[in-house]
Amino acid sequence: MNLKGGKIMDALLNSGDTAWMLTSTALVMLMTIPGVALFYGGLTKKENVLNTIFLSFIAFAITSIIWVVYGYPLAFGTDIMGIIGNPANILMNGIDINALAPLAPTIPFLVYVAFQMVFAAITVALISGAVVERLKFSAWMVFVPAWITLVYIPISHWVWGGGWLAKLGVLDFAGGTVVHLNAGIAALALVLLLGKRKDIKLLPHNLGYSVIGAALLWFGWFGFNAGSALTAGGLAGSAFLVTNTATAAGLISWVMIDIIKTGKPTVLGAISGAIAGLVAITPAAGFVTVGGSIVIGFLVSIFCYFAISTVKTRFGYDDALDVFGIHGIGGAWGAIATGIFAAPFINSLGTGALYGNPGQILTQIIGVLVVVGYTFIMTILIAKVIDKTMGLRVDLKEEVEGLDTHLHEESGYRI
Amino acid sequence: MKEITAIIRPDKLEVVKQALQEIQCNGVTVTEVKGRGRQLGITESYRGRDYKVDLLPKTRLEIIVNNEDLEKVIETIVKKAQTGDIGDGKIFISPVDEVVRIRTGERGEKAV
Repeated sequence: MNLKGGKIMDALLNSGDTAWMLTSTALVMLMTIPGVALFYGGLTKKENVLNTIFLSFIAFAITSIIWVVYGYPLAFGTDIMGIIGNPANILMNGIDINALAPLAPTIPFLVYVAFQMVFAAITVALISGAVVERLKFSAWMVFVPAWITLVYIPISHWVWGGGWLAKLGVLDFAGGTVVHLNAGIAALALVLLLGKRKDIKLLPHNLGYSVIGAALLWFGWFGFNAGSALTAGGLAGSAFLVTNTATAAGLISWVMIDIIKTGKPTVLGAISGAIAGLVAITPAAGFVTVGGSIVIGFLVSIFCYFAISTVKTRFGYDDALDVFGIHGIGGAWGAIATGIFAAPFINSLGTGALYGNPGQILTQIIGVLVVVGYTFIMTILIAKVIDKTMGLRVDLKEEVEGLDTHLHEESGYRI
Repeated sequence: MKEITAIIRPDKLEVVKQALQEIQCNGVTVTEVKGRGRQLGITESYRGRDYKVDLLPKTRLEIIVNNEDLEKVIETIVKKAQTGDIGDGKIFISPVDEVVRIRTGERGEKAV
C-alpha cells in the first residue's frame, strides 16, 4: 500500500486516537521487556535468570528490525489471494509520514506499524518460557526471525490483515489466536523436539520478579486490548473494563482452586490466574459484556490449571513455565468464548451464540484448528532444521551448571 | 579447649550473638549454610505441584572456648536459639588440640 499524504487523510486524522495508540504501543512494549522477561526470569533457577530475561530482550530487538524491513508489509500490505500481504513498503519506503493507516484510518500509518510491531515481538517472546534452561541462545537467535517470518506474519495476515480467516469471519479482537494460541502451540512443538530438562522442578528462584512481571503485563495489557480498538472511544473503554474484569476473575478463580486442591492460596497461583484471565479475554475484549468477561475469566483458570496439573503430567512434555498450559489453552478458550459471548450491541462486527448466531462458535473453532495445525507443523519444521544444522540444545554440563555462566559468562547474583 | 559448632535458625543469630557477648564470649565465626535434618526439609507447592525443599538455609557458628566456659556457652545458645519447633538445629562439641594467636604467636588457653 502506497499512501501519500492527501487531502482526505488530513481531514480524518484524529489526534486523540493517535495519542492513545502511541501510548498503547509503549504499553505493549512494556509487556515484553521487562514484563514477560521478569515474569519468566523469576520462575527459573538462579543460574539461568539472565539467559531467561535475555531471550525476551533479543526477541524484541530482532522482531523490531524484521518488522520495519519486511514484516509489516507482508502481514498488513494489500492482500494477495488471502494468503499474504504485498511487500511494497520494504524499509517503510513509500509511506508518507502523514499518511493514515489503511486499517485504522484515524491514526498515522507509521503509528499502526509500530503498534503491530510490539504485538509480533511479544508473541515470539512468550514462546521462550517453554524452552528455558536448555535452549541454545544461538538457536533462539535463528528461531526468532524464522518463526516471525514463516509463522507469525502469515497468521497475522490471515486473521488481521484481510486474509482468508478474516474473510471467513473469525473474530480475534486483540490476539487470542494470532498471539496466545499461536505462541502456546509453538511452545508445545518446540518442547516436544527439545525434550525434558534434567531437572524439571518448578521452584521459582525469585517469585518477586514474577509478581512485578505479572503486574506489568496486566498494566500493559490495557494497551494491548483497549489499544486494539484502534480509536480512543467507547469501544476502547469497554475493552479496558472487560479486560480488567476477566483478569480479576481469573486470579480469584485460580486462588480458589489452589485452596480447594492444596489447602493454601499461593502467590504464583494468583499471578498465573491473572495472566490466564488476560489471555482469555484478549480475543473477546472488543466484543463481550462485563458479564461475559466474568465467565470467561472464571473458567479459564479451571481449564489452564487442569492442563498444567493433569495433562502435562500425563503426557510428560516439559513446557517449563507453562506457555502451552496458559497461553495455548487460555487462547483457545478465549477464541471459542468469543463465539459464544460476542454481543452485537458492544461491537456490530461480532454476534455470538448467546445472541442468536451459534455458527460463530464453529467459525471460531475453525480459526483455532487452522492456527493449531499450521503453527505446529511450521514450528516443528523450523526447529528440525535448526536442530540438524546447529543444534537446539545445550550440553548437559552447561544445562546442569546453568546457562548464565556458560553461554553469557555472567551471573545474575554476586552474593 | 573445645570447639562448639552450632547450627541455628538464621533469624536467631542476633539474639544468640548478643547473649554470648553478655557472658564475655566474643569470638565467633559465622557462616550461612544449607542443610537438612531428620524431617528432610519442608514442602512447597507451585502451580499445584508439591516439591520437597530438602535443604533449608541455616546459620553455623564456630566458637572456641576453654573447658570451664563450655557449659555456660552451650546453655546460652540452647536458651536463646530454642523455639521448640522442628528445625531449631544442633550443637556439636569437639576437642581442639592447639590454638595459636597469629598476631603474637601465643599458644594454648591464653590464645583462645
